[in-house]
Amino acid sequence: MNNTPWSSVAWVLGASFFGSFGALFLKIGAGKLGRSIASVATNWRLMLGVAFYLFSSVLFVLGVRKGELSVLYPMVSLGSVWTLFWSRLVLGEPLTRPKFIALGMILCGIALLGLGTR
Amino acid sequence: MSTSTVSLNDQAQQRRSFILVVCCTIIGAAAQVLIKMGASALGPSPTMVQTAMAMLLNPALFAGYSLYGISTILLVLALRHGQLSLLYPVFAMTYVWVTILSVVVFHESMNPYKLAGIAVIVGGIAVLGKGPST
Repeated sequence: MNNTPWSSVAWVLGASFFGSFGALFLKIGAGKLGRSIASVATNWRLMLGVAFYLFSSVLFVLGVRKGELSVLYPMVSLGSVWTLFWSRLVLGEPLTRPKFIALGMILCGIALLGLGTR
Repeated sequence: MSTSTVSLNDQAQQRRSFILVVCCTIIGAAAQVLIKMGASALGPSPTMVQTAMAMLLNPALFAGYSLYGISTILLVLALRHGQLSLLYPVFAMTYVWVTILSVVVFHESMNPYKLAGIAVIVGGIAVLGKGPST
């Protein structure tokens, strides 16, 4: 018996993908921030980051309509894996050994959850 | 004398950050339960626009995302003064609370695969906080 439909898994993993762009644009926007409130309001990168987060939340809600929260919620952690990639590719942050190990562990964990819900 | 005062302040600061993150995980897990409740109550095939509207109009979804916002603010406050490598493993407690609540509130079943999966992800998040040190 399938407790969590694959469509729900796909929605939630999609949410994690777009959510990682939220983190990326907040980081880029925050780096260009001045002291004034106006510099927050006119910072299009921050706004784009927030928009990505909101879009990601809509996908997450569509995903958890069906299926198990105990499987779908931990799958959001795939977002960290995407974020590690963008940090390396866009921000030029080093992909250190702990990060690489964490990446592998999160992927293994998500695979185990997938096996557990079948 | 002055150094010991500083380290005491440091310790108090760390403890404060620790408590903030624990609160953040409890509120964050409660948020997920409310979001799941609200999402399950949506119609058979809502559009993205309907879903976005429901996040504002459905009480459970709205409450869930409000709590999620509060938990995020608590995490940011904690990270301002606390050490990331110490706080990230604590933050991963959210997964433990969500699992317990899923079983208690939604009567979801547990099996060795799921438990192992959650444990490995919690470990991964904890390792992630280790940051730049190689």
